Amino acid sequence: MNEQEFICIICPSSCTLKAYTKSDGTIKVDGALCPRGIEYAKQEITDPRRIVISVVKVKNGNLPTVSIKTSKPVPKKCITAIMKATASIELEAPVEIGQVIIKDICGSDIVATRRIKKFVNKSI
Amino acid sequence: MIELDYDTIVIGAGPAGLASAIKAKELGLKTVLVENKDILGGIPLQCIHPGFGLQYFKEDLTGTEFIYRLFDKMEKIGVEYLLKAHVYSVELVAHNEKVVNVITPKGIMRLRSKTIVYTVGAREKSIFEINIIGDRPGAGIYTAGEAQTLMDLYGILPGKEIVIVGSGDVGLIMARRFALEGAKVKSVIELMPYPGGTMRNIVQCLQDYSIPLYLSHKAIRIIGNERVEKVVVAKVDENLKPIEKCKFEIPCDTVILAAGLVPNVSILEKIGMIMDPCTGGPMVNEFLETNVPGIFVAGNALVVNDLVDYVVEQGEQAAEGAFYFVQNNGLPTINWKRVVRGRNIRLIVPHYISGERDIILYARVQKPEKNVLVTIPEIAWKMKLSNVRPAEMIRAKLSKTTLESARFEDKVTVEVNTQ
Repeated sequence: MNEQEFICIICPSSCTLKAYTKSDGTIKVDGALCPRGIEYAKQEITDPRRIVISVVKVKNGNLPTVSIKTSKPVPKKCITAIMKATASIELEAPVEIGQVIIKDICGSDIVATRRIKKFVNKSI
Repeated sequence: MIELDYDTIVIGAGPAGLASAIKAKELGLKTVLVENKDILGGIPLQCIHPGFGLQYFKEDLTGTEFIYRLFDKMEKIGVEYLLKAHVYSVELVAHNEKVVNVITPKGIMRLRSKTIVYTVGAREKSIFEINIIGDRPGAGIYTAGEAQTLMDLYGILPGKEIVIVGSGDVGLIMARRFALEGAKVKSVIELMPYPGGTMRNIVQCLQDYSIPLYLSHKAIRIIGNERVEKVVVAKVDENLKPIEKCKFEIPCDTVILAAGLVPNVSILEKIGMIMDPCTGGPMVNEFLETNVPGIFVAGNALVVNDLVDYVVEQGEQAAEGAFYFVQNNGLPTINWKRVVRGRNIRLIVPHYISGERDIILYARVQKPEKNVLVTIPEIAWKMKLSNVRPAEMIRAKLSKTTLESARFEDKVTVEVNTQ
């Protein structure tokens, strides 16, 4: 039996989780205050995933960048690919929250998380 | 000179100020929100990472998404606000009359009000406050918040080889941002034997990117001329004194200071407000009213919070306090009970309670402990927690009925005990 320790990152309670993987592949998790912690530990062992965040350039906006995120957690090994794909993009203002920037990359969409208005020589 | 009258003036349009102004307007107060910058929203505008609103909106939002939710609510209700409005002084005229002097592009304004809700947030500790000696190179030293503004609002990467001093949450989040953007984060240096930020950020910001964290280490000297060249780091003993023979150098071009936040209270100090040395913010009662009647404080200007949800909650509480003040021409005189810091409590807010209504306590511990009971012996109240850490605020809601037995007490003591 393989024993691993994790700190849950789902919420600020930061539960210390102990996961026991049996030879048949089943996983038992101790120490979680809620079911999301058990799910997290299992996911960490089989296929660790994260939400990826960054900013991309915007032309003619009230701010020069718009913040973005993956619409759902993506496999950790995809992070570099996503950063590379978003680095070369330049959008045109306005941008709305939730607007899809890249469709279907690593099983997720890249969406905008900040509202960028067209720059009209005065603030919002 | 423009002179205007209000029931309440909210100073600072970050999450506490927005929440407070919305609440005040909802309660029917004539409200104005005054903001220094040319855009509403405050710090969450540059917080592009998730983890916001889990409690308030029951959703995992980025800081940016969170703050736009509040904007939309505010627009719907129609709160009056001023941008590029710099508050340069507050005058106390009478019990129910304060004047806020503001410089705006339209000219100087005298805003008269019965109440003030002060929500200007916190400032970052500077290099002068954390005892780093050595050179002051022309470039390469930033606070974590400045680096965040540069990268996540303006899209500018401030350096390529980074050393982060202090392990507060903003520093950890910026470590991840630097790593994602292709910079090399050489290490995070923390003076204390435990991290300054939350454990979840240690995992997802440092461990995910194999960034080393040196606990019980101190950055003692910065070396560089035009730009930062290296940082001298030493291990510290149990008295936090650097050990001479455990000294080493880390070459880098950028030092990021993430040594924590302090409530920004400069305007309040000028009117003689009483401060709590433990929080760095004003002493308040359960309405978040300070010792100056009718001036309320909420959010990071009151106490440095780790969750925006608590900041918004405090903003709303302060607005309710202001409403009560305006209704009754002052808060009724109450036999206030002092909230005393007991074992392993580093700070606690509010400082005074009446015992006559439900309250929310916010506290931080001095040192990490496992399997503890947070207790108030005077009212036989207790709360079980599996972990307490200085970086993670304890929030406890106490009902009026729980507090009833404290009726004849002049103080209540909050303490943390191991089981």
